[in-house]
Amino acid sequence: MFAFIARRLIATIPVLLFVAVFVFMLLRLTPGDPAAIIAGDNATSDQVASIRAKLGLDEPLYTQFFIWSGKALSGDFGESFFFKKTVAELISQRIEPTAMLALFTLILAVAIAVPLGVLAAAKQGGWVDRLVMGFSVMGFSVPTFVIGYLLIYLFAIQLGILPVQGYKRISEGFDEFIIRLIMPGVTLAVVYVALISRITRASVIETLGEDYIRTARAKGLPGRTVLLRHALRNAAVPIITVIGIGIALLIGGVVVTESVYNIPGVGRLTVDAVLARDFPVIQVVILMFSFVYVLINLLIDIAYSFFDPRIRY
Amino acid sequence: MTMKWTRRTALFGAALVAGALSLGAAAKAETVLRMVQNGNLTILDPIWTTAYVTRNHGYLIYDTLFAADANYAIKPQMVDKYEVSADKLTWTFTLRDGLEWHDGKPVTSEDCMASLTRWSKRDPMGQKLFDFVKELKAVDAKTFQMILKEPYGLVLDSIGKPSSNTPFMMPKRIADTDAFKQIDEYVGSGPFIYQTAQSKPGEKHVYLKNPKYKPRNEPPSGLAGGKVVKVDRFEFIEMTDTQTQVNALIVGEIDMIEQPPHDLLPVLEKDKNVALDDWNPLGHVFIIRFNHLVKPFDNPKIRLAALYAINQEDYLKATIGDPKYYKVCGAAFICGTPNGSEAGTNPLLIKSDFAKSKALLKEAGYDGTPIVLMQSTTLPVLTNTAPVTKALLEQGGFKVDMQSMDWQTVVTRRTKKDPPDKGGWNVFHTFAVAVDAMNPISNSFFVAADGKQWFGWPIDPDMEKLRDAYARELDPVKQKGLAEKIQLRALETAQFGWIGQWYGPGARRTSVKGWLKAPVPVFWNIEKTGS
Repeated sequence: MFAFIARRLIATIPVLLFVAVFVFMLLRLTPGDPAAIIAGDNATSDQVASIRAKLGLDEPLYTQFFIWSGKALSGDFGESFFFKKTVAELISQRIEPTAMLALFTLILAVAIAVPLGVLAAAKQGGWVDRLVMGFSVMGFSVPTFVIGYLLIYLFAIQLGILPVQGYKRISEGFDEFIIRLIMPGVTLAVVYVALISRITRASVIETLGEDYIRTARAKGLPGRTVLLRHALRNAAVPIITVIGIGIALLIGGVVVTESVYNIPGVGRLTVDAVLARDFPVIQVVILMFSFVYVLINLLIDIAYSFFDPRIRY
Repeated sequence: MTMKWTRRTALFGAALVAGALSLGAAAKAETVLRMVQNGNLTILDPIWTTAYVTRNHGYLIYDTLFAADANYAIKPQMVDKYEVSADKLTWTFTLRDGLEWHDGKPVTSEDCMASLTRWSKRDPMGQKLFDFVKELKAVDAKTFQMILKEPYGLVLDSIGKPSSNTPFMMPKRIADTDAFKQIDEYVGSGPFIYQTAQSKPGEKHVYLKNPKYKPRNEPPSGLAGGKVVKVDRFEFIEMTDTQTQVNALIVGEIDMIEQPPHDLLPVLEKDKNVALDDWNPLGHVFIIRFNHLVKPFDNPKIRLAALYAINQEDYLKATIGDPKYYKVCGAAFICGTPNGSEAGTNPLLIKSDFAKSKALLKEAGYDGTPIVLMQSTTLPVLTNTAPVTKALLEQGGFKVDMQSMDWQTVVTRRTKKDPPDKGGWNVFHTFAVAVDAMNPISNSFFVAADGKQWFGWPIDPDMEKLRDAYARELDPVKQKGLAEKIQLRALETAQFGWIGQWYGPGARRTSVKGWLKAPVPVFWNIEKTGS
């Protein structure tokens, strides 16, 4: 197992290297010059050129890349073009809201989606099944920001029971913290619930058709035991896989949700950095998201062996 | 277990209630004003950038030597008195008593001289002023002199410049920072003190009332007069989504929005707890800018043909919509201001004359090469300007290739002097805050000197002679005459087009009162009551 983990961690190095080169080049080839943005609307061409030189953006691309990657390897990810802060400092300030939102969404989504999927599978073809599948289609179809605005309109403006926007750290009080996570978490969870419940349903239905399920039923085991202990556990591998794949969905959703709910997390930092062409920040944020994605997939691979003893590394 | 009521428990309960009430009163005593600006505050050096959000931050923590009042007259602010020598070459400024930096040290002449020097290296109006400055000389700790090489008509207009880059005063140790490097210490002498430790860029910026600030005795007027702070704490909340801004204002999570988008104003108008304030009565002006370096707009007749094809009303209807928020105005220096004149415009810029446009194109030999028009799609107020230009220019005989991109791409691409097929451009739109456009020195669209012009790069020695004459003129009446000549010259050469004034009111909770009318949003004089 340790050898497997070590191999997988080593395998992330070329992935991250590829991401680094790709993002670096993509950003430099994208139209938009941070120097022009920094200089402001009244700046002349000469002033823009002077700022470009100060930022090192007038150097050839390969020189810029080697300077950046050399520093990054020594743990120096540079300084934001706009904030007078290092990229590491900026991200460390923004990581908590995003991590908390993602964790809350994940817990909420799994807690709702897996039972819904199992219920739909158990009642296949019935009205519960149709209801769950109808919700699933809707969850996939409605954009995250629309769900966000609808929830705000209902719960914040009309009913006045939840705040429109903002984030409070746990250190500022658990009540304030959790109340501000409810709407963003639900907004983000909708698509995730739709995805997981659908896969859970399909996987459980497939497992329910297996011989060992028939045997379990023939032994006289109660339906609930058959469903939860035998069917669900054996259906877990595809469910876990989709939870992992869905992390990418979550990362994309965080960017939109944080903007709608004004949560000062990494998602909003990404949007602001992209709009301002803050290259050092964009590069590190994308690298970080890539690393998280690779890491979560590794954890999921490890989890397979827990749910399916036949899988050994 | 039951609780037995005794005198002691009653007293204890009363003490608890009293304690809670006093705590509540203490908590209530701190008045916090929360406002959302039109963008994120990322750069905190108002001399290093022209960004308006940074200028607004500057007005909170810094003070200025002079300031524009509600009628745009320049009045002393940090300066107590000033005098000009008979030969108009020596200006002597004496600071008010008791001016103090936030770190407790006194404001001195040396601080102000260093601040003016740094500002003059970044601001076009400062550069022009310092072309005339022979030296700055400290007379004593509170008095300094500006000695000129020859008389200059815009000394006070420059030092009292209301908008970016505003000459804010900073301590000498900070003002001595290279003008092309950002400062990293935010100490001013203004009515609020910036709280670096409590501020979280991307989330909020925090300012506390400066208890030692000594406002002038006069009532507040525009940016001048007494800056009396009536709240304890001010917060700039960073909120990029405009719909969320409006929702947050409606439920009272924030108190003010600098300038909500026009399409959301009807929502705010319906809410009884929200009021709209036209805090900037001069508003803004839309601009159409040609690239003078490349074909076909290197030909003045073709530029003039374009000006004949367009009209202000179409732009204003398409972008602003509600007529109460716009004004058709032929004055390049803004209607209702000292230099405002509509000479030479109607029908030019006011009514489209497609026949004239086509005739001019024929005369100029326009070969039908498509004009590359850059459309910004990310600044809502500008998004619809380019489609209007496309429609009008096509009716006037042009072929137009409208290319859509985000504003940051426009900002980058407009710096390119290459022809459009090599990444350049022919025409784009922008807008200016009207107060920046009020005279031909601060209005950068009129600059036509090689190497100093704004994007589009017009070169016109006659225009520069007129601008220079304006700068040297000391008589306001003659200045107005020169401004009119400059406007006529700009129309004659079709240097650029001013295509309508528009207004963007701010929004506030009705519990917030006292938002002053000024060219920039200011936060002194504002009171907050109730929720």
